[in-house]
Amino acid sequence: MKINSSLIVGLGLSLFFLSAAILSFLWTPYDIEVLDIPEKLRSPNLLHLLGTDHLGRDILSMILMGARTSIAVAMLAVGIGMGLGVPLGLWAAAQRGTWLDELIIRGNDIIFAFPSLIIAILITAVFGSSAVNAILAIGIFNVPVFARLTRGAALSIWNRDFILAARVSGKSSLLISAEHILPNIMNLMIVQGTIQFSLGILAEAALSYIGLGAQPPTASWGRMLADAQTLVSIAPHVAIAPGMAIILFVLGLNLMGDGLRDFLDPRIRVDRA
Amino acid sequence: MLSFTLGRLVSLCLSLVVASLVIFLVIEVIPGDPAAYMLGINAQPDTVLALKAELGLDKPMSVRYITWVTGMMQGDFGQSYTYRAPVTQMVEDRILVSVPLAVYALFLSIIIAFPAGIYAASRLGRAGDITVIGATQLGVAVPNFWFAMILVLIFAIKLRWFSAGGFPGWDKGFWLSIKSLSLPAVALALPQAAILARVMRSSLLDILGEDFIRTARAKGLNRRQVLWGHALRNASIPVLTIIGLQFSFLLAGGIIIEQVFFLPGLGRLIFQAISARDLVVVESVVMLLVFLVIIVNFAVDIAYVLVDPRLRKK
Repeated sequence: MKINSSLIVGLGLSLFFLSAAILSFLWTPYDIEVLDIPEKLRSPNLLHLLGTDHLGRDILSMILMGARTSIAVAMLAVGIGMGLGVPLGLWAAAQRGTWLDELIIRGNDIIFAFPSLIIAILITAVFGSSAVNAILAIGIFNVPVFARLTRGAALSIWNRDFILAARVSGKSSLLISAEHILPNIMNLMIVQGTIQFSLGILAEAALSYIGLGAQPPTASWGRMLADAQTLVSIAPHVAIAPGMAIILFVLGLNLMGDGLRDFLDPRIRVDRA
Repeated sequence: MLSFTLGRLVSLCLSLVVASLVIFLVIEVIPGDPAAYMLGINAQPDTVLALKAELGLDKPMSVRYITWVTGMMQGDFGQSYTYRAPVTQMVEDRILVSVPLAVYALFLSIIIAFPAGIYAASRLGRAGDITVIGATQLGVAVPNFWFAMILVLIFAIKLRWFSAGGFPGWDKGFWLSIKSLSLPAVALALPQAAILARVMRSSLLDILGEDFIRTARAKGLNRRQVLWGHALRNASIPVLTIIGLQFSFLLAGGIIIEQVFFLPGLGRLIFQAISARDLVVVESVVMLLVFLVIIVNFAVDIAYVLVDPRLRKK
């Protein structure tokens, strides 16, 4: 078998940031809640590997803490999307052709037609800026993504012979969905989950950047970039580090998603660059 | 064609109704009384009541909803609580920043993505293809507001080719305005161009594997003739879908980019209104953006059918 390089690189990058988040619970080089104004805006050096920000906080420590926020928000948002979207999609597929199916499809289409960022801004603006509201806002828009994908994949499996066999043996459509359909579409969900996870990281950064995500003192890459905006001309390193963290993590997740797709589905393991 | 258009029109109206209901209800549950908020903590209760009556806040919810929707249909977006000015007037200038910015970015996205996607597909598996794929992987991972900051750092602060932000206004000269929208448009376009290039490439590859392409080659057309005459038009359908979706991303993404470049667009208006709790402005501007997006999606659906007559039967 050809070595799947995007899977390896992607997995490596993703695990790197995951470990960074876990590490932040145990240890960070500095305490990010302690301000050290005389040390402000230091360029990367041996004491502060990524330098310090405008309040003298260690940027490496903030990146570690920010990884935690990013992962928590994105993971819960994907959880909401999967938790609601997959059952809805399975339900629609089990009731295919009925008004219920139609209702679920139409409902999804309508959410899909909304510009998600605008509605996320609306939700966080109305209910207040917090990480929880950011999770909800991002999560809601993951629901139709998973519902659609699940329904489509489940429909094709409903036509297979082994499902007919299960129906003949008297299993209810609920049981068939849970025992036979779900395991067969799991690969697809894992791949899509990875992609939505990376989109969640970007969305969290964007919401925090405009001040509608996690609030201080919670560290967030988006907030760090917001703070960096006015300082970028005098101390570019304050903007470079969080930006690179977002790019590398998202890149890693996307590569992992692509790699997983090829790895889990041998049929399409052909000429994908 | 007529029944298709009518069908799409019905679902367009349905989307608009649902959208307006959702936005209205979300705003309804906002904590805090806008009238009390506007008058400050020392306001007398009867002044608050008087203001509520003036703004129509004492009427039942259903009446307010109908008034809001029928008002918007006639181009009346209500009165801003804080500015004491008609929202329509506030929106007019700002929409002339936001929409041109989104169109400009879409234009850039297309002129970057089409050649890149076509080139990659024609060099499948070779160095050129792999370079394009790698670049698109990177492109989708870059947050556009970060890219915008880097563009400002390089082109405005270091090289001084562009200004770091602000908008002179269209009456100060067309090219001057275009110039001030250039960095924001590039920042917005890059991630979208990466997505579009990938869709162009994979869609073209799908089509190039079809039997009719082999037939066209067999009857003696060269690769170029097949590509331009047969493949591109067929490959353009998924690309059109993405272009439609991108317009909504660009409008929404523009809200954030406007913050980076201090552009007086709809995004800044929304943020100012949010911090002032100016609900009428928030509600109407969000609705306006959703309306624009839904209309564009409708136009894309109609455009499909013009590109691909096979879809008319559905």
